[in-house]
Formats: sequence, structure tokens, C-alpha cells
Amino acid sequence: MALVDPPVREPLDLTRARLSTRRRLADRAATAVISLAFVVALVPLVAVVGYVVTRGSGIMSWEFLTSDIPRQYRVDGGGMYPAIVGTLLTTGLAALMAIPLGVLGAIYLNELGRQNRTARAIRFLADVMTGVPSIVMGLFVYTIWVLRFERQSAFAGALALACLMLPIVIRSTEEMLRLVPDELRQGSLALGSHRWRTITSVVLPTALSGIISGAMLAIARAAGETAPLVFTVGLVYSPSWSLSDSSTALSAQIFRNASQPFAGAQDRAFGAALTLIVLVFAFTALSRFVASRLAIKS
Amino acid sequence: MSDSTPAPTALAPSPAAAPAVDAPVAHEQPTVFDVQGLSVHYGAFRAVRDVDLQIRRNEITAFIGPSGCGKSTVLRCFNRMNDLIEGARVEGQVRYHGVDLYDPAVQPVEVRRRIGMVFQKPNPFPKSIYDNVAYGPRITGQKGNLDEVVERSLRAAALWDEVKDRLKRSALSLSGGQQQRLCIARAIATDPEVLLMDEPCSALDPIATARIEDLMQEIKQRYTIIIVTHNMQQAARVSDRTAFFTTEVNPSSDTRTGVLVEYDLTDRVFSNPSDERTENYVTGRFG
Repeated sequence: MALVDPPVREPLDLTRARLSTRRRLADRAATAVISLAFVVALVPLVAVVGYVVTRGSGIMSWEFLTSDIPRQYRVDGGGMYPAIVGTLLTTGLAALMAIPLGVLGAIYLNELGRQNRTARAIRFLADVMTGVPSIVMGLFVYTIWVLRFERQSAFAGALALACLMLPIVIRSTEEMLRLVPDELRQGSLALGSHRWRTITSVVLPTALSGIISGAMLAIARAAGETAPLVFTVGLVYSPSWSLSDSSTALSAQIFRNASQPFAGAQDRAFGAALTLIVLVFAFTALSRFVASRLAIKS
Repeated sequence: MSDSTPAPTALAPSPAAAPAVDAPVAHEQPTVFDVQGLSVHYGAFRAVRDVDLQIRRNEITAFIGPSGCGKSTVLRCFNRMNDLIEGARVEGQVRYHGVDLYDPAVQPVEVRRRIGMVFQKPNPFPKSIYDNVAYGPRITGQKGNLDEVVERSLRAAALWDEVKDRLKRSALSLSGGQQQRLCIARAIATDPEVLLMDEPCSALDPIATARIEDLMQEIKQRYTIIIVTHNMQQAARVSDRTAFFTTEVNPSSDTRTGVLVEYDLTDRVFSNPSDERTENYVTGRFG
């Protein structure tokens, strides 16, 4: 036997104490830094939500959610019902316009266009559009729609929000479609499935929860936007469900009321902020629930 | 299950079912595929050249050879899966019951409904076990009781007893070997005539592999099977005929092109090959 027995090291010690001091210190330090970073990252999150909840819960009541907005900023009380209606209406309509269009666009980019010239151009434009400041979207719709029809309306606001949402939906959906393994597409095509059938029956269901998450992100973003709405929706004090009439939105009301020196207005601003947070949270939770219901159990 | 052979001439508008080029010898099965001068290019790269072979009905034909020899590429010509690869170009003829599959009038979708495929990596859809098997019959609008088709296909794939109580569960909850048998069940649910298997056992353990091999023997009464395998023992165990491919280096460039070296009865390929390269490969002196 040419092999030499390995030297016996007694006693066998596999505990932490065997590690060099340097490694133990580096380990401790890294753990501490990461924990600290987590706490620091949590601070703004908790602080914002906590502050809005404390300031907004004072005025929060059934009456606040169902009353008209006072015409005078200096009065106390009043409600935000017209702004809730406006936010639901404009954001909802914007979602109805932007999400189907965005998903179809993403299907084109990832399933049909892939790397061809048109697809690359659209992808580039969508990326640029994601970075365009939201107020520019507002000005765009103001110029092409509000000035032409000489009318601010909930529809014009929805149009501005849809312009804002579209690139987000396109890019997030495309990323989700890209995650669908090609083996699934090939498996479907090998069974004699047409391209569109493969997309509707295999690709989209596989990516569904991710697509919904992306769409919700776009909706939450749009619901909180103020700038595209200030030129486009106008202002009302009582609820309006009409698309062609002026409207208002929670975000716009936060902006208007918070910039007033009156205590009543500032309370209403925080109440509106709390309402908006709860609304977005509720929608996100609902969509997660729906997505988990649609996904099959493993 | 019906025992009639499918009518294959509905593929192309011209119903002329030309007889196979080589009239089969009396004891031999009729020809299903007749490949003449097949070459496949990916862009400027020639992946495989000048392949001639005939695939016979109800036989298992194995394609063996070292990596990159073009055996999967040739397999994917039989159901036009190469169409999905950008820049892929096919020359020569692949006649399926006399119909050239690469005739411009031929619909790949129709081809693939008759020629099923099982992939190297099990690729069940993220749907329930039931929906996986029912996928093919649903897209083809097959008439008849879907439950029956699902049960029959799962039984044929020797998976029924293991999954019959959890058909609504996700296919992804199955083990790798079960997933591969599910993919076989999914492929035979559309009642194809031919089953193409691209290294179906390479991701499976020996027990799951043995099950798939047994399964192939059982279902070859009904199907014509072509299997690509890296495993020579597998080819020797399961196949009736073996095609040995290898690569040759192109003198002008540093690329390799696959060629068909020898195609014969499996016994002969393994015990008494006529080409030296085949002998070197099957005896383990190369590759």
C-alpha cells in the first residue's frame, strides 16, 4: 500500500471555535450589517404608513367616506366620497384600457416579434415611456383631448393614467412571459396545437400570477398619481359617475387639501391618503387571492 | 381503441399516396418514413448532411451516436419541430406515407397531430394531471368521452394506478419518472401513429428508465417509435433497428457536421457492424 494514513487530529472539533478569529469576526460583522440594513429599510416604510394612519384615522368615519367634499377649504369635517368615486372610475377605466392592450403588446413582443426590428423598437419605446415623468402624460392628454373638446373629464384622466400604465404593463408582462419555459411551448406545439392556442392555453395560464402582480403594480401606481390628473379631470365637490363630466381623485384631493394652511383641510388630506392606501392594499390583496385561486394546487 | 391505421394522406392537398420508394421485403413492415438526402442547416452551419433511411411501422428505431452528431436534429425533422428554430433550413425529402412533410402545402400542425413527441426533460404543463392528458384531445376537438380517453392513455403509459386518485392534482407534484410517463400519456392521448422520443430517459433513474423501456415494448404494437438515446445499452435493449450517426470535421472550417454511418437491424449493428466507426463506437473505443 503506497497510501499514507492521514495524520490523526485529536480531538475532532467541528464547532465554531475551530474557525479563525478573522472569519468569526467577518461573519459577525456581515450579519450585523445586513440586519441593520433591513431595519433601516423598514424605517421609511413603517414611518410613512404609521404617520398616515395616526393622522388620518382621526377624521376617518363612515361619514367621511360617504359625504361630499366641502367647497371651502377652511371648514372642518366633510368627506371624500366624490374623490373615491373619481379614483375608482379613472383608475378602473385606465386599467380596462391599458391592461388588455399591454398584455397583447407583451404577447407580440415575446411570442411573435421576439428580436425582430419592430419588436426591438417597441421594447425601446416602452422603456423610454416608463421613464417619462407622469406630468408629461398629463400635458399630452391635455393637449390632444382636453383642449380639443374643451372639456375636462374623468375619461381624459383615465386616458392619461392609461398612457402611464401601458409601458409598465407591457414590460412586466413580457418579463413574466419570458419566464415561461420554452419546453412548455414546444410540448404544446408538438401535440399539434396552433400558436394562438399554445399562448392562450399554456403560456398565459403559466404566467398568470406574475401578469396579475405586474398589472396590480401598474394600477397602484396609477391610483396614486396626481400630476396626470390635475390638468385632465377638473374638480367636483359632489360625486359624478359620468365619464364625460369633470371629476376628482383622492390623489388630487390630497394635493389640494394638504397645501392649505387650514387644519380641517389637512385632516381631510390625511384622511384621503389613508383611504387611498387602504384601497390599494385591498385591491392588491384581492388580486393575490384571485391569482392563488386560479393557480392549481400542487 | 380502434385498430385501424390512420389515413395519412389528408396532410397534403394532393391525395396521391405514392408508394414507398423501396418496396419492402416480404417479411418487413411497411415503410412509414422514407428519408432521402436530408440535410439540415442552422444559418450557415450545416448540422447534418445526406441522411437516407426508412422507418418501418411498429418497430422501434434507435438513433445513437456521440453528442452533436445530429441525431436529435434528424428526429425533429419528422414532426417539423425544426421549424421553431430560427434560421433552420431543411433540404432533401422526408416522406411520410409518400407525402413530403416539407412540401409547402403541408401544415406542421397536422403533421404534429399524427406524430407525437416526448422530450428529453419531462415537460408537463403546470396544470392538473387530467388536464395535461386531455390537452391534446381538447385542442383537436376529439369526440367521445374525455374521461375515457384520459384513463386509457394513463393506463397505456402505466401511470393510471399511481395517479387515479389524484387526477385533479398538479402534474408538477409527480416525480420525474412519473412526469415523463405523463408526457407519454399526453402524447398518445391524441392517438398518433408515430412517437418520437428524444432521449426520454436521460433525466431519469434506472428504475424509472426500466419502466419507460417496458412501456415502449408494450406500446410498439400500436405505434411506430423512434428514440434518440445516448445510452447504447438502451438502444440494444429496446430497438429493432439502429441508426449510428457520427460527426465529421469539415476541412475548410472548424465546424462539425453529422452523418449517418450505418443503419441496420440492431443485432447486426451491435454484433457485426459493417463500418469501422460503428464498431469503434459500440465497443466503446470512441465517444
